[in-house]
Amino acid sequence: MVSTPLSKWKLAAITSAPCGAYMNYAEGLMASNIPTSPQETAVDFQEMGLQDKLLRKPTNQSITRMSVTLQCPGYPEDTLRSLAERLPCRETQLATLLALMGQPDQYSYPSVFIYGHRATGKSHVVLSIMKDLELPHASVDCVECVSSGLLFHQVLSAFFGPDAAALLPRCPSLSDFVRLYKQMSSNSPATQTRYIILDRAERMRDMDFSLLPALLRLQELVNDNVTVILLSEIVWEKFRPNTGCFEPLLFHFPDYSKAELVQILSWDHHPSYTPELYASYINILLGVFFSVCRDLRELRHLAVLNFSKFCEPLEKGEAKESDIHKLWKNIEPHLQRAMQTVYLREVSSVQWEQQQMDEKEATTLRVLSAHAHIELPYYSKFLLIAAYLASFNPARTDRRFFLKSHGKIRKTNFLKKHEKTSNHLLGPKPFPLDRLMAIFYSVVDSRVAPTASIFSQISSLVTLQLLSQVGHDDQLDSPKYKCSVSLDFILAISRTVGFDVVKYLYDFL
Amino acid sequence: MNTEVIQDQLNKKVLDSLAEFIKKPGLACSSDVWRQRGSEIPTAALMLGVNVPDHAMTFRSLCNLLQDSVTPFVVSVHAKECAAVKLLIQKVLEQLMGRGVSVDEEQEDDTALLQKTQCTISALCQWYKTVTKERRRQENKCTQVSPKRKENLAKNDLPVVVIFKDFEAFNSQVLQDFILICSRYTQELPFVFIFGIATSPSAIQHRLPHSVSSLLCIEVFHSLSCTQHLASVFDKLILNSQFPFKLSSRVIQVLVGIFLYHDFSVQNFVKGLQFSMLEHFNSQPLSVLCCQKHEALLSAKILSKQNVERIRHLPSFMRYVETQEPQEQVRLLTNDEHVKEVCQKLLKNLHTYHKNYYPILQCLHSLTSSLPKFPLGKHIRELHVSCIEKNLWETEEYDSALQLLRILAKDELVAALRSCAEILKSANTKRMQNVLQQLEDFLGRLEALQGVSSEDSSGNGVVSAKMEYQRTDLFQLQKTLLEKESRRTKRMNPFEVLRSQVIDFIDSLVREYLTPAEFQPLNEVCYYSSSGVLRQRLNVTPRTSIQAALTHPFYYLKNESLKTNTGTISSAAPDLCIVYKLHLECGRLINLYDWLEAYVTVMSAAEDQDTNSEECGKFDSLKHARFIQAVSEMEFLGFVKSTKQKTDHVARLTWGGC
Repeated sequence: MVSTPLSKWKLAAITSAPCGAYMNYAEGLMASNIPTSPQETAVDFQEMGLQDKLLRKPTNQSITRMSVTLQCPGYPEDTLRSLAERLPCRETQLATLLALMGQPDQYSYPSVFIYGHRATGKSHVVLSIMKDLELPHASVDCVECVSSGLLFHQVLSAFFGPDAAALLPRCPSLSDFVRLYKQMSSNSPATQTRYIILDRAERMRDMDFSLLPALLRLQELVNDNVTVILLSEIVWEKFRPNTGCFEPLLFHFPDYSKAELVQILSWDHHPSYTPELYASYINILLGVFFSVCRDLRELRHLAVLNFSKFCEPLEKGEAKESDIHKLWKNIEPHLQRAMQTVYLREVSSVQWEQQQMDEKEATTLRVLSAHAHIELPYYSKFLLIAAYLASFNPARTDRRFFLKSHGKIRKTNFLKKHEKTSNHLLGPKPFPLDRLMAIFYSVVDSRVAPTASIFSQISSLVTLQLLSQVGHDDQLDSPKYKCSVSLDFILAISRTVGFDVVKYLYDFL
Repeated sequence: MNTEVIQDQLNKKVLDSLAEFIKKPGLACSSDVWRQRGSEIPTAALMLGVNVPDHAMTFRSLCNLLQDSVTPFVVSVHAKECAAVKLLIQKVLEQLMGRGVSVDEEQEDDTALLQKTQCTISALCQWYKTVTKERRRQENKCTQVSPKRKENLAKNDLPVVVIFKDFEAFNSQVLQDFILICSRYTQELPFVFIFGIATSPSAIQHRLPHSVSSLLCIEVFHSLSCTQHLASVFDKLILNSQFPFKLSSRVIQVLVGIFLYHDFSVQNFVKGLQFSMLEHFNSQPLSVLCCQKHEALLSAKILSKQNVERIRHLPSFMRYVETQEPQEQVRLLTNDEHVKEVCQKLLKNLHTYHKNYYPILQCLHSLTSSLPKFPLGKHIRELHVSCIEKNLWETEEYDSALQLLRILAKDELVAALRSCAEILKSANTKRMQNVLQQLEDFLGRLEALQGVSSEDSSGNGVVSAKMEYQRTDLFQLQKTLLEKESRRTKRMNPFEVLRSQVIDFIDSLVREYLTPAEFQPLNEVCYYSSSGVLRQRLNVTPRTSIQAALTHPFYYLKNESLKTNTGTISSAAPDLCIVYKLHLECGRLINLYDWLEAYVTVMSAAEDQDTNSEECGKFDSLKHARFIQAVSEMEFLGFVKSTKQKTDHVARLTWGGC
């Protein structure tokens, strides 16, 4: 895993001659030095970091600044090149990251915070660097770490083997981890920078409050050449604990532009068709989907799903590869349909494929949301209706709706100011059980005994999440509920029992 | 009663398709790993309906089915046990690894093993690898598989099925995290999820954000709706002459009402049925005669004197006696042996009545169920209820149904009669065979008619064609048309004649066989009819019973001294009752001191006959303590609660008046 520094030096010497895109990139980076906003800070930090390094490692002083920014020293050139090829459209980020990391045996900046939207290649870039350059790293997904112990365990076992991790006590604290890490690293000191990569770092905020600040300056704590890389979809401002902490290096991964998406998506073209055809297909696809979805993963998924349909005329011999317009006409409505179904996952991708195969039979799609209808027992329906009325009518109007001899009440005079706005815009309001039952009895046409099963229906409505309980303190005394179904739903329900809800809703008076 | 078997049969189709679904993904994933779909977790959304208590059995049989035919790695989790991701993962691991160990019968303490290994999915991954390796080695040992099959095996890893029994009740954050974690391991660990959904599939979208639901490959499976379920249970258990135990119309209405109005639970329905059976055999001594025919006849021979007397008192038997000759009446009332003989005869009659009743009922249902607006009910149970309740042919609905039947088109009529014949074929009494014969006779005539009528119509066509060639003036045309019209009204065509014959035949069948069960002598032996008791037991009203206990303590305590007139408060009643009755007279806020005084007055009312009046104003500490205890019991029962609005006051929680 670790090649000796000497060989690296040699390599660096050999490959220091200007060659390939790398050089240009690095030069560009240095020359311009006025990148767009998010990177600006990063580059500043980078320079700081570099100075830091130079200070700490006087042996490296001989290396000129120029040669450092070439990123070549320490890493095999051809691996770097293949890496760059495998990471299209992320060259800038790659270069900056490599520059940040410096040479393998140099101390790196203690913590780097990488953020950017979903599927902008954050973890892919970082992990590819780690894997291809064979750097010692521990990659941890924070979702998995239900306790901080798991995180420590994974880190230790990645660096020092499972035996070291087994030394952790049952519920390890942060100091246990630091102690063990120190102990281990004194046995096997880092010859290269060790990287801890924390994916979905936003979950760390829910963990122990001291964990994040500690990890940010782990280098200091364990006195080892270790860098923590945090990956997140959220900006750093949302992380910063109110007690203050060591500021990590911020580094933004911007979204892919449309052109970049085309470039990347064109990569996995089908072997039996020309890349040009696939590229034009991708263009069509993006024309449909780009407005709603920029998630690379999702787009790729959609591209693969629909490609066979796109090629259908080609296979049948109805069109040639050059007839882009014809192909477009063929695929466009299909893609529109895919946008409504597959993208929303209303139809699973397997079903979608099957459906494409037997399209001739014109099978109707069994869409998930098409089955919105719920069968409920008769009284449950009325309970739900009563709950809806209780949630969306002001309590003061109950008299008007449910008493036989109510006076005519003018809407405007009768209400306070805040009640004049539509209750449907404000959302459901909580109501006590008594009110629900009172409305229920006046809504149901027959006489209903207050049996146990009526009350158990309320609780089963709660488990079905059609009602929700509000406030958990006083359950025995006067539980409060909210109705959490939509107007459409309640309209459908009341239609089945022949009840006109709209007549009873204050908003529709 | 083998309701479980019935339910299993009903669920079989859904479950089999589910099992197919779970077998399938193994292939799909291996064939196109390069796709993103590889990382989608195949998920089955199993729609079960809202009758949550019934789900347990479905899931149990699903588990068994999967374990028998697909994979041993089946985990089912309940929302209650999984309040956090950690617990959920722990649950999954426990069930899987514990089971794996027990299957392999290794001498390892699995709890210790669990404690040692970290509770993570990656640990599960490790475990899964070793287990599958072991399994493969064993398989190789057992059967010398060809290399090709070996490859197949290697590809087709056994999936790990996780069943979420009640999807709605799960904390959505827990689910999201779990799905995210699992999706990281799909390459190594072939997960399959099954969501048991009670409401509608859109619940998935409500619960999971797009970023999570895009990791799932969801397919929807529908189980039978609970009403269909009920219908088949009803068919097999109640509309069946096999079981001697029957329900009266009222009882059926109560049971079906509970089902439709309250819970949609077939299991509760079956429980109600079982309860009514118990109640019947418990409360009706003559239920000794409620058994299979030959046993009933045997026990009728050895009826005790007491039971004979009971038979004489049965309303239906009395009615029967009244219809007899005076001489016979005297014999029936005096001679026990004669009663026994008659009883045997009547029992036989009752059994044949049932045997004939059900086929005819089904026939009538199949005839009328396709009519518009369902005059006799959509479900056979409604027809059944109205049949055993009263004379069906006297109802308006029956008339309108027959009216509709009389205008049925021929092919519909033939189809309906065919299905009737099918039903009758399974009935094996002589009379039913007779009926079948007649029916088939009708069918044959109808079919014969088909040929004739088609000729007829073609002939007509020729005639009309001819007529067109003639030159006709308006007057003539009118005349011919009128002629035609009158001919049609005058003379029914042969089909119409036959049709009315058929309908009359059916009507006669209904009048003969679908007589209400109440008119059958000795029907009390088989029919359970106390619907009031059933309603009281099954559809309980806790609040009213508490109130009854408090206002009329005699009802439960059966102590003679507690018997009181309504309105008065007896001092002999328990303290709680006195306090309760006193509090009914108060408004929303109750002054504790006034309450106490009233209580003491009531208590001392009994004593103060002999004691002086000066003492009665004071209350000793014993009474005070008893009062306090009673009030706190009231609070416990939820009738009052302490309030901060006024000092020394409590608030009433129930509405006034009783």
